[in-house]
Amino acid sequence: MIGRHLLSAQDLTSADAVRILDTAGELATVTDRSVKKLPTLRGRTVVTLFFEDSTRTRISFELAAKRLSADVINFAAKGSSLSKGESLKDTALTLEAMGADAVIIRHGASGAPYRLANAGWIQGSVINAGDGTHEHPTQALLDAFTLRNHLRAGSGDLAGARVAIVGDILHSRVARSNVALLRTLGAQVTVVAPPTLLPYGVDTWPCDVGYDIDDVLPHVDAVMMLRVQAERMAGSYFPNELEYSRRYGLDSRRMALMPAEAIVLHPGPMNRGVEISAEVADSPRAVVVEQVTNGVHVRMAVLYLLLGGGPEELMVEGADR
Amino acid sequence: MSDSILVRAGRPYGQEPVDIVIDGDRIAAIAEVGTATADRVLDAQGCVVLPGLVDLHTHLREPGREHAETIESGSRAAALGGFTCVHAMANTSPVADTAGVVEQVWRRGIECGLVDVRPVGAVTVGLEGRQMAELGAMASSAAAVRVFSDDGLCVHDPLLMRRALEYVKAFDGVIAQHAQDPRLTEGAQMNESELSGRLGLAGWPAVAEESIIARDVLLAAHTGSRLHVCHVSTAGSVEVIRWAKSRGMPVTAEATPHHLLLTEELVSTFDPVYKVNPPLRRRADVEALRAAVLDGTIDIIATDHAPHPREDKDCEWAAAAMGMLGLETALGIAAQVVTRDEHTRGDGEPSTDWQAIAQLMSVAPARIGRVADQGQPIEPGSIANLAIWDPSVEMTVSGERLASRSGNTPYAGFTLPGAVRHVLFRGRPSVVDGGLA
Repeated sequence: MIGRHLLSAQDLTSADAVRILDTAGELATVTDRSVKKLPTLRGRTVVTLFFEDSTRTRISFELAAKRLSADVINFAAKGSSLSKGESLKDTALTLEAMGADAVIIRHGASGAPYRLANAGWIQGSVINAGDGTHEHPTQALLDAFTLRNHLRAGSGDLAGARVAIVGDILHSRVARSNVALLRTLGAQVTVVAPPTLLPYGVDTWPCDVGYDIDDVLPHVDAVMMLRVQAERMAGSYFPNELEYSRRYGLDSRRMALMPAEAIVLHPGPMNRGVEISAEVADSPRAVVVEQVTNGVHVRMAVLYLLLGGGPEELMVEGADR
Repeated sequence: MSDSILVRAGRPYGQEPVDIVIDGDRIAAIAEVGTATADRVLDAQGCVVLPGLVDLHTHLREPGREHAETIESGSRAAALGGFTCVHAMANTSPVADTAGVVEQVWRRGIECGLVDVRPVGAVTVGLEGRQMAELGAMASSAAAVRVFSDDGLCVHDPLLMRRALEYVKAFDGVIAQHAQDPRLTEGAQMNESELSGRLGLAGWPAVAEESIIARDVLLAAHTGSRLHVCHVSTAGSVEVIRWAKSRGMPVTAEATPHHLLLTEELVSTFDPVYKVNPPLRRRADVEALRAAVLDGTIDIIATDHAPHPREDKDCEWAAAAMGMLGLETALGIAAQVVTRDEHTRGDGEPSTDWQAIAQLMSVAPARIGRVADQGQPIEPGSIANLAIWDPSVEMTVSGERLASRSGNTPYAGFTLPGAVRHVLFRGRPSVVDGGLA
């Protein structure tokens, strides 16, 4: 059973993760109906607290909460205590005073959700929607859900699935959460990047490490391309965008190296022409749009399991609380 | 004898108990227990008597950040921690980079009257690392500055570092370097390690410290000038300093209590009370530092007492200030970590090496800082600066109960063995029975 908060993918056992994915699968069938709402979280207040702009993640959570009939408050906290805005603590105390049952936080500082959950400022559940370069557990869950649908017919775990994650691993919360969760679910993960964009100690991570994407692609069931940010060039991580694209970008030629059934994931937003070519992004093997849809179901499942009832409640369709 | 004080039955350096008689500001006599008399008696039965502690690295925050600490509140914390002298770092506002500022700090210390407050002068104007501050004026001032440091920031420019080392030779000064390559630590949040990679916190590689120390010991040897390395935190730094000393290079080094006790694992809580510069390192670094303290590679233990108001720690990690309180817990931690197996007590635990602690926390820092009245031997004729430690009690640390104006101790809830019982500052009690006199 998952706990009160969802802070890190590392906190999930395989059973927890499969349960979330199974719940997401059931919720997906429910929301395929014409009336998409469930009453599960009626009367509960869910706050999206975003210190960084991320419209896609925020509306995904918002939609998930609304489909469970929660009252949703969107709190766009501009800046942070770093930029002389209201402090995280005061924001948290405000939300607590308003009776938030769950706070979904996106913050530029690694660990900010841990402070929110552990500093004694609020009582409700905390869901990490991306913290600095640390973790983004619901992204990993939606990626796992997508992989499971394609590679394992939507059930069980990902034992034996071969997944490559390519790009700026060093600064990627998506990569950290995915390496942890995919490994927990039994997948074999390989991270691929120029050595400058791999964190110190990556050799101790539960994954393989490669520098050459062409060596890795023939042996994967799925490849996940990460966004590379232009400001990394200023930090001397690589010479320029063109060289990065040549060495690590996924284009049609490279996609042809992959097994025929292998799929392409991207957490978005994509830099077309940099880490992924337009041909690949628009090809049927790219499941980027599916990832977005699955994101809503997975986030519903997380809210449902953290705040709502047990699985029996899900079975009683439309049961009022 | 008028106003004489008898410290009864204390054990100097942990040795056999004696009576110590103080008259005026000096030790008048050391006698067999029960044979001496005086106007006032301080019971020290079972206690260890040390020369008053000298901190070479203290942030008192005044002038400029009096909401974090003042010279008065910091003096109180120092006295309660067993100190009779502290060196007030220069990163105040205004920066202690002129004779005027250092004299102001020095005078305020005298007014508070609990410890000697020795100002540290900035090496460069405004700590900006561009132009040498008026080191000579600060040395010649009433504050008689001998220790110069841009602590908090590294004197990174190698030419400026060379010139500063050379320049202070004229008045027997020492440059205390905060060894941190700024380019290698841009945005750094914690020790660079497997853990920083997992936590997604920008890493602070050991090499950023070690490369500066390597450069500086070579500069010190080349110029024949005194270099002191602040808060050594890595095993590699210890190796560089050990090598430099084996070559006879004029370098001294310090370690902080927190780097001798705490490890980076604490960062995984994301609680900024553990955020400090240099960062907490690996267990292997802690072990190397402890060995270096015992074998003399590290000369002194200095607190790097760094008060911060609550709002600077009650926030997310990246936004938090770096630094921890240290004055009131330093001796308790030293008593835990400066131990030798050959002194093993009956219960099988390694025992505290009080002779070593006297060297590390009083004699050597007084020598490096050129503070004549401090760190003197416990013998007749010495200035009576004494710290009297009761090993039979325990101290449970609580931020609210500390005398410092701030509460950012990483040891809240820790129980430390022993506590300061009495302190004599220039012959007068500053602390009696664990409270300010």
